[in-house]
Amino acid sequence: MSVLVAKGLIRQFNGLRAVDNVTLEIPEQQVRALIGPNGAGKTTLVGLLSGRLACSNGRIDFLGRDITKVPPHKRIAMGMAYTFQITSIFPSLSVHENVAIAARRLCRNEKDTRAVVADALKRVSLAHVANTDAADLSYGHQRLLEIAMGLSQSPRLLILDEPTQGLAEGEVAEFIKLIHDIRQNTTVLLIEHNMDVVMQVADVVTVLNHGQVLFEGTPADVQANIEVQTAYLGGAHVKA
Amino acid sequence: MRRDVQKNLLLHGGVLVALFALQFVLPAYHHGNVARIMVLATYAMGYNLLFGYVDLLSLGHAVFFAAGLYGMGIAVSHLGVSAPLGLMIGVLAGGVVGAIIGALALRTEGVAFMIVTLMFAQAGYLIILYFGEITRGDEGFVIQQVDRLFFGGDLSDPFIRYYAAFTVFCISFLSILALLHSPFGKTLIAIRENQERAVMLGYNVMRFKLLAVIFSAALSALAGATYGLLFGYVGASFASVQYSIFPLLWVLLGGAGTALGPLVGVFFMFYLIDISSGMTTAYMLVAGVVLVGLTLFAPQGLMGEIRRRFWRWLP
Repeated sequence: MSVLVAKGLIRQFNGLRAVDNVTLEIPEQQVRALIGPNGAGKTTLVGLLSGRLACSNGRIDFLGRDITKVPPHKRIAMGMAYTFQITSIFPSLSVHENVAIAARRLCRNEKDTRAVVADALKRVSLAHVANTDAADLSYGHQRLLEIAMGLSQSPRLLILDEPTQGLAEGEVAEFIKLIHDIRQNTTVLLIEHNMDVVMQVADVVTVLNHGQVLFEGTPADVQANIEVQTAYLGGAHVKA
Repeated sequence: MRRDVQKNLLLHGGVLVALFALQFVLPAYHHGNVARIMVLATYAMGYNLLFGYVDLLSLGHAVFFAAGLYGMGIAVSHLGVSAPLGLMIGVLAGGVVGAIIGALALRTEGVAFMIVTLMFAQAGYLIILYFGEITRGDEGFVIQQVDRLFFGGDLSDPFIRYYAAFTVFCISFLSILALLHSPFGKTLIAIRENQERAVMLGYNVMRFKLLAVIFSAALSALAGATYGLLFGYVGASFASVQYSIFPLLWVLLGGAGTALGPLVGVFFMFYLIDISSGMTTAYMLVAGVVLVGLTLFAPQGLMGEIRRRFWRWLP
């Protein structure tokens, strides 16, 4: 079964069609990368999928249910998790409490919550800073904290909006390992600029350009496709 | 972490013990004042729940205070119910008014929320004046001493009154502390800190906010009903805009989003006016200057400033 099916999605901002008739189907346990140049409509598209933005037209099914009109908090409660492109955490609260807020919604009591939080923090290697204020974390660690918040909800679909943006090289390598761990039991939709990451983790890549799907295929297909390279990497980068 | 919990227990337990012990040493005048302060601090705590912990600035809390005051007053004086039942009716009235106003006002945010709550409170004030035959309008009405018996205790007796005020304050204070440590309270704080994130973690933010308004209104109404019973008077001035501004000032002065802030704020303001009015007829000028100074030098309020500088563990 497909976790997510989007058909004919359109989002109109006054005169601009940020998302123009996008159709997308993500099967279970797939890592799907969404790439495209700046302004291609990637964040708008995941905004529609997660419910932060309303569709002007089209239909979205999540786990076989029509969620086109479902408000965002209910979509999350159904099993979506979303991490923001611009880090969005609870800065004045501890790292533990940040994840606990995410986990508590699904836990019966505080003891369960603590166990879930400990597990999520371990998976992103942040267990050692559990009692630090989130504001005091490095930027890279804050990104990981966001992912831990998503993981603690055991989502069916994890949407990551540019998770490696601003990470150091070593942190990116850690992140790739983490995705390989997450993919064991979670479907992932990943917006990513870093092509190395995409090549290493994605099963299928969807390329957006001017709000439309330009191409869809395996990472190898994408690399071979001249049209994509022109749009995404710019003409100068095209290799034979 | 554990040591912080101990410090908290010590401080808050100490404050409650001190409040309890004060009655034995205070002269009659201040004895009555502190009883009044504890009831008003309950009102301020109700306000702080919404303003300090959910970041919703209401300019219409007088309508909740008055709902408790009149709910109790009308039930006791006109319908002849007992004081304990009247108190419950008052709290219930506040909760219901809170639910209605909350459901409507929460459709707005920020400045619009302030204006909408202010307008609702004015509407409440005018309703009280309109039904003057029952409410006695501006004049208000006195609650007879026979109606102020609480399980045999005469609430017009200063010592029983002090105990009653202390009990209501304690229950409210401990409830607020418990609430803050509950999952519900922690979610409220999460909403205050980053509402967008709370939504995207799957929380129905509107539901949480509405519940917070209802709790806040019920607590304000508890204070209103208690005030009426303890001091024996129900009047429209308690529904006026002044009584919506007071809790905001108290909480700002004491420290929004701190458990002790409301009590500290009411104490401070009460005695600031009390003392300065004894010295000069221009006491409002003194109060004004002090308020301006505090906002300039301790923008987070007294307890907020103490938390920022010394006691990071304060809830």
